[in-house]
Amino acid sequence: MAELPDDWEMVVGLEVHTELATATKLFCGCANAFGGEPNTNVCPVCLGLPGSLPVLNEKAVELAIRIGLALHCQIAPSVFARKNYFYPDQPKDYQISQYDKPINGIGHLDLPDGTRVLVERAHMEEDTGKTTHLGGTGRIHGADESIVDYNRAGVPLVEIVSGPDIRSAEQARRYAAELRSILIATGASDGRMEEGSMRVDANVSVRRGPDAPFGTRCEIKNLNSLRSVQRAIDHEALRQVMLLEDGQAIVQETRHWDEDAGRTQTLRSKEEAYDYRYFPEPDLVPLAPSDEQIDAIRASLPAMPAERRRTLVALMGEQATESQADQIASVVDQGIDRYVIAAAAAGVAAPLALARVANELAGALSDGGHLDEDTMVVLLQMEEAGEVSATQSKAVLADLVADGGGDPRAVAKTKGFEQMDAGALDAVLDAVIAENRDAWQRYVEGDDKLTGFFTGKVMAATKGQADGKAVNAGLRQRRG
Amino acid sequence: MSARRIAAEVAAGNRRATEVVEASLAEISTHDGELHAFTEVHAEAAREAARGIDAAVAEGRDVGPLAGVPIGVKDNICQRGRVTSCASKILDGWRPPYDATVVRSLEAAGAIIIGTTNMDEFAMGSSTENSAYGPTKNPVDHSKVPGGSSGGSAAAVGAGMVPLSLGSDTGGSIRQPAAFCGVVGVKPTYGLVSRYGLVAFASSLDQVGPFAQSVEDAALLLEVIAGHDPLDSTSLDVPAPMLVDRLDDGVGGLRVGLCRDLIEGASPEITAAVTASAELLAAAGAEIVEMSIPELHYGLSAYYLIAPAEASSNLARYDGVRYGLRVDAANVAEMNAASRTAGFGDEVKRRIMLGTYALSAGYYDAYYAQAQRTRTLIINAFADAYRSVDLILGATTPTTAFGLGAKVSDPMEMYLSDVFTIPTNLAGHPAISVPAGSDAAGLPIGVQLLGPALSEERLLRAAAVIEKGRS
Repeated sequence: MAELPDDWEMVVGLEVHTELATATKLFCGCANAFGGEPNTNVCPVCLGLPGSLPVLNEKAVELAIRIGLALHCQIAPSVFARKNYFYPDQPKDYQISQYDKPINGIGHLDLPDGTRVLVERAHMEEDTGKTTHLGGTGRIHGADESIVDYNRAGVPLVEIVSGPDIRSAEQARRYAAELRSILIATGASDGRMEEGSMRVDANVSVRRGPDAPFGTRCEIKNLNSLRSVQRAIDHEALRQVMLLEDGQAIVQETRHWDEDAGRTQTLRSKEEAYDYRYFPEPDLVPLAPSDEQIDAIRASLPAMPAERRRTLVALMGEQATESQADQIASVVDQGIDRYVIAAAAAGVAAPLALARVANELAGALSDGGHLDEDTMVVLLQMEEAGEVSATQSKAVLADLVADGGGDPRAVAKTKGFEQMDAGALDAVLDAVIAENRDAWQRYVEGDDKLTGFFTGKVMAATKGQADGKAVNAGLRQRRG
Repeated sequence: MSARRIAAEVAAGNRRATEVVEASLAEISTHDGELHAFTEVHAEAAREAARGIDAAVAEGRDVGPLAGVPIGVKDNICQRGRVTSCASKILDGWRPPYDATVVRSLEAAGAIIIGTTNMDEFAMGSSTENSAYGPTKNPVDHSKVPGGSSGGSAAAVGAGMVPLSLGSDTGGSIRQPAAFCGVVGVKPTYGLVSRYGLVAFASSLDQVGPFAQSVEDAALLLEVIAGHDPLDSTSLDVPAPMLVDRLDDGVGGLRVGLCRDLIEGASPEITAAVTASAELLAAAGAEIVEMSIPELHYGLSAYYLIAPAEASSNLARYDGVRYGLRVDAANVAEMNAASRTAGFGDEVKRRIMLGTYALSAGYYDAYYAQAQRTRTLIINAFADAYRSVDLILGATTPTTAFGLGAKVSDPMEMYLSDVFTIPTNLAGHPAISVPAGSDAAGLPIGVQLLGPALSEERLLRAAAVIEKGRS
């Protein structure tokens, strides 16, 4: 992490746009789908054709409220507003958004380290299309031509605006990561930053020490990964400090993060900033969710990531190691912590369950397929009881997930994974030692690196059927 | 012949829709070269639709309440596959890929869209002179304007080329031309008729409504186009009104307010026509009370901030990128400016600039927000008034039809011709203009009846009394 020199402090606020996981767009019946042949997923409404009118998607409202409740926001009667500005990928030359009356008012987000970041608002709006500039500079100014795909136009978004409470790029990254986990947990978004489902803009300024007034800020647009968030903010804060140290002033402007070059550059200055001329959207009626509706949504919200992480940490028994903490965060993010909880409830050692779920199960699920919790528990019990080795357990798991389930014992049997009895393993161990007297001698004299050598030989001789733990135990026993 | 009678005879098999359509086309070819009420006549499609109606009648199928009735549709109401240009060069040749909900309703009712009618560009104007297609003439006196913005629809009905037409009313654009052309025009309650497919001028004020030669035909058409539409979020979820069957119920027991503020400034002959109409209502059993709603005088100023503000946003999409006119230039900003410069007429440009200014940072509170507060004031004043009266009577316009070209160079003078009609749009209420005689020059006079939200049935009953009393 970059440190700012002397007593400089950065002040950061994030604006996070997240696409909502609805079946259809915000104001029409077109599918809310990623990709596709350009301009095929469109209709008169999302193309903004003359005479067309928007009709609000109720599911999007519900998901927006889920986000608001998860961020402890005040859910308020809200009004849609038109944000007027020209861009070729904006079909109506205004964006339907919310302005002075957002659906979600003041709230907060607690980071894992205990710090609290204010959430100023989380409002609903529609996404724009996508412009590609061809030839020339490749930017809107100076390209030979521009082509526009409106498939994304009208996709529902929620914009979550934090207060200027963030004081480091690392904290900004953690805020974005925690927000992403919360969005996924609410079911409101898939949180896929690489696909643009979640996009981050950062407002960055610097000042001399925590008591100084806020400095002039710059906004960095479209940070598409957690890594970019951290790098861009670090770079921007340092750029501002260097300018100020050099006696220059910060110019308020919007800047673009160039991931490859690792620097920010001017997108438009304050003078070029739009006057959005917000006014209430006359084609829509005010939105006033009832208390009953809000209560019903609140009751349907699952536990949020912070609470779920605490549950898993408690299951680990002793203090969770750093790598376990990472695994816990990861399984919670992926929504597969329920496997660990089910296994622990069935008496499986939680660290074993966590390791298998965080690594093998997560990997297998990401390749497609699924598995119910009970089947996973049975497999973990088999491994713990020594019915299958760790290696065999992983192979069985891969098959089960790919098939979408099955009987773990039957799969193990089909694969020929029947645990060797102790006598058979003893015989193999003795034979391997006899064939490798010199290595064995060095191992006995203390060359621990040879553990792997002997384990490998035994595994090869048993075609992987030996239990790794039993092999290790046998080796240690013979070493004396 | 009335639309109701045509539909009844066609449905009964006593008259063929194809004959009705031919008769209408013949009237159009006789008159429209001079009047120019239509921007396009859909002769072949109308003939085909008529044959379909006749076949349905022959097979004994239900053909709907407007079976075989020829109708004109204003050029800002989307007709699938037909040029819908709002009489603007910027939408030159644009053919919508979809039908407005009212167009679907017309077709479901058996009506036959015979042509698209002329208008002021984007419905901005009071004379139908702001049209890329050139002006429409008043059928009563060809040297006069037909009013606007729905001048083509009013002239088409006034000249007898069609029994019915659809217009749109944002500040008086149905009632004012109805008065000028001597026909009935209704501006329905905001939300009673779907706006889906009506190209927006000022979304919070726009409403589609009927023109007809009689109150009964206007009621019949309004019944067909009214009703909830899930495609329009501002559409009211109320049952479609029953209007025709109640038309003869009279006005006995109704209190009608003769509103000084909707008469002051009108010509003496128009004032006399309003008084005569009040007497007809009184003779039919209504109680006439004189009243004043001084807040209505702020209507014009509020309207000329709110309507342009919404228009500046609604018309932003005509940028040359996706459809309509594109004038190529070195970059996208210049293409945008060049397309708008060439595509929009002066009045549209004036209102876009006015509205953009009213919404700008630093001016919003003084203009747009202040206008909205004034709008609330007017809504409250009407609400107060309707606690003591059931309907309000006044003039539709301060003058009868003025000469072609008389006001084109004076926008303020033009705006003043809507001074009596604008307040109802701001309140979202219904109003009707019904013919009430003519002036010394023989030009038609309209009187206006206003009512609270969803009072169409009452309004039309009262209008029918005035209509009957005069005949």
